[in-house]
Amino acid sequence: MNRQDEYSDLNASFRFSVLEFNALFTSLLEHFEIWAPQRYAARGRFSDADSIGYGPIHSPNEIVFDEKSHFSSKEAVFPVSETMFDLLGDEFVQAEDAQRDILVFARPCDINGIERLDDIFLRNGSVPDPYYQRRRERIRFVLMECAASFENCFCVSMSANRTDNYIAAIRWNSEHVLMRIRDKTLLSLVPDNASPAEFIPEFVEEDREPIGLPNGEKLEAAIRDGSLFEHDMWEEYTARCIACGRCNTHCPTCSCFSMLDIAPEPESGFGRRRRVWAGCHIDGFTNMAGGHAFRKDNGSRMRFKTMHKIHDFNARFGRHMCVGCGRCDDHCPEYIRFAHCIGKVTRLLESGDHE
Amino acid sequence: MNNNNLYRPIRAEILEIRQETASDRTFVLAWNSRPLPGQFFEVSVPRLGEAPVSISAIEDDRIEMTIRKVGRVTDGIFTLGPGDALFLRGPYGNGFPLNRFENKHLVIAAGGTGLAPVRPVIRHFTARRDQLAGLDVLLGFKTPDDILFRDDIEKWKCDASIRVTVDKPADAWSGAVGVITTLVPEVDFRDINETEVIVVGPPLMMKFTVMAFLDRAIPPEHIWVSYERRMSCGVGKCGHCKIHDRYVCLDGPVFNYAEARWLQD
Ligand SMILES: Cc1cc2nc3c(=O)[nH]c(=O)nc-3n(C[C@H](O)[C@H](O)[C@H](O)COP(=O)(O)OP(=O)(O)OC[C@H]3O[C@@H](n4cnc5c(N)ncnc54)[C@H](O)[C@@H]3O)c2cc1C
Ligand code: SF4
Ligand code: SF4
Ligand code: FES
Repeated sequence: MNRQDEYSDLNASFRFSVLEFNALFTSLLEHFEIWAPQRYAARGRFSDADSIGYGPIHSPNEIVFDEKSHFSSKEAVFPVSETMFDLLGDEFVQAEDAQRDILVFARPCDINGIERLDDIFLRNGSVPDPYYQRRRERIRFVLMECAASFENCFCVSMSANRTDNYIAAIRWNSEHVLMRIRDKTLLSLVPDNASPAEFIPEFVEEDREPIGLPNGEKLEAAIRDGSLFEHDMWEEYTARCIACGRCNTHCPTCSCFSMLDIAPEPESGFGRRRRVWAGCHIDGFTNMAGGHAFRKDNGSRMRFKTMHKIHDFNARFGRHMCVGCGRCDDHCPEYIRFAHCIGKVTRLLESGDHE
Repeated sequence: MNNNNLYRPIRAEILEIRQETASDRTFVLAWNSRPLPGQFFEVSVPRLGEAPVSISAIEDDRIEMTIRKVGRVTDGIFTLGPGDALFLRGPYGNGFPLNRFENKHLVIAAGGTGLAPVRPVIRHFTARRDQLAGLDVLLGFKTPDDILFRDDIEKWKCDASIRVTVDKPADAWSGAVGVITTLVPEVDFRDINETEVIVVGPPLMMKFTVMAFLDRAIPPEHIWVSYERRMSCGVGKCGHCKIHDRYVCLDGPVFNYAEARWLQD
């Protein structure tokens, strides 16, 4: 979804006091449903901590500006669980969707992450996914500028540190808010006496720990000759990964789901067809009739995910799936570092040790 | 958008049901468009779920599906009778490239229920025998009781060279005994460059049968396999069927072995 052209002539920046920003937010709520990272009580990494995730908000005080959210903004467009059809007798009644436009406060990695989801849901196969599409068409982004990269971030290495896909950009501190606006509706809500400002959002240009990506040709060759898949580097992950799937659920670009029917009493003639998030690390992802399953050991699941994030998706869509948000590393209970795993693959190919 | 939701299935009336083995039944369904041999549908039983199922025969106004009872959805399908309906979306997948087989010596090796997706290919060419230079069909089943499509197999004998083997014979069995790979050395390949081979069956059967054909110097480019993977959406969105950068539901289930050989899970 490229709105660059639409944006180019509209371009105004303002400096709002916190009070002025709160007033603007209130008028925004009349036009948009607003999603932003917010704090949820105790369901975090070690369950004694809060969790920061995405959902609709009603006051700007709810927005968590100064920390990386634990979950990504993908829930705004790809809910954890979504009803596809009500199953009434022999009828498949398509589930209704809301009509309001959604404003999502998101960082560059998350906006880029949703563009990766667009590749799968809108462009993989010949037909767009109608449930994804109808939500996606309602979504506009407010870019949250990152002052510096957070722990475990490597978005620069993944070329996902920048984006131009936003109708407004925001720099926040406790006294005032700088905002760049590129949308007519938004602009019309700004009071005439607002203070103009010079503000163009900046992007993080350096990772704390840059990741060297593997050379594409060498990687392709090592996949084809089997040397990478059979390498014993994956055994470490078989020993450590517990297949909890947190790396999948926290990832802004993990797009897999399973469809299932729910009917408390199937005979009653009432039920629902839903889809729910699924993850390639979780048991059962590949199970087939007759008890056959692929990638039984967790190391080969780590390998499968790694290849998807830094090779397979790119082979299909011309950009890497991983946006380097570092959330898989933030939330792995076994302290598995995906970023280090990429580095290992790179070094392996450089050293030729896989041969 | 209500009408162009790709996840919405269409009603297909069950016209007839044939019991093939103790656990397999063939469902004859009223269906007006003609899918390609090797394609599949997502089959719904409302409130129980969906399952991907191959097409086992294609006629003008009907298709057949041969289904094994293994779990929630397939159990539900087995409670249905003529006059009831299945709900279908599809056809999905690429299907077999029939025009690539024309004027060639076609050798088909099918293991167990793997015969279902290639049955339309065999029916297509036994009805147009002049389009092939030769037709060999190798079939492997666990026991004589597991043999599918017995009537068809008898009919095909007029137009094709048919070999059937079972892993475990029963008392009355007078045919070959052993895994399907033991049949491969018996095939008379007139010209390996004019030969096309199809291998379909359970994962291990496919692996060893393909190796047996490679041993007979058939080039990988002349071998075709049909892969079965866990599927949920059938349309390239859910991710379950992905191998490497391919989606079995979109880019398969039929793959040329020159490509399939490096698609490792
Ligand atoms: C392209 C393709 C073509 C197929 N063609 C046929 C066919 O012609 N005839 C036939 O009988 N079967 C066919 N299958 C297999 C069939 O889809 C599964 O047997 C069916 O999905 C099991 O569903 P269930 O609800 O009855 O069983 P469940 O209760 O869901 O489970 C029984 C077992 O089946 C596995 N399973 C569940 N869903 C799937 C799925 N979507 N794909 C594969 N395994 C699954 C489960 O993990 C479990 O081990 C095909 C599968 C694919 C991918
Ligand atoms: S794989 Fe990890 S770093 Fe990459 S986008 Fe997903 S969660 Fe972020
Ligand atoms: S890598 Fe870590 S987060 Fe991912 S499934 Fe394994 S243990 Fe869980
Ligand atoms: S079955 Fe969903 S992507 Fe192939």
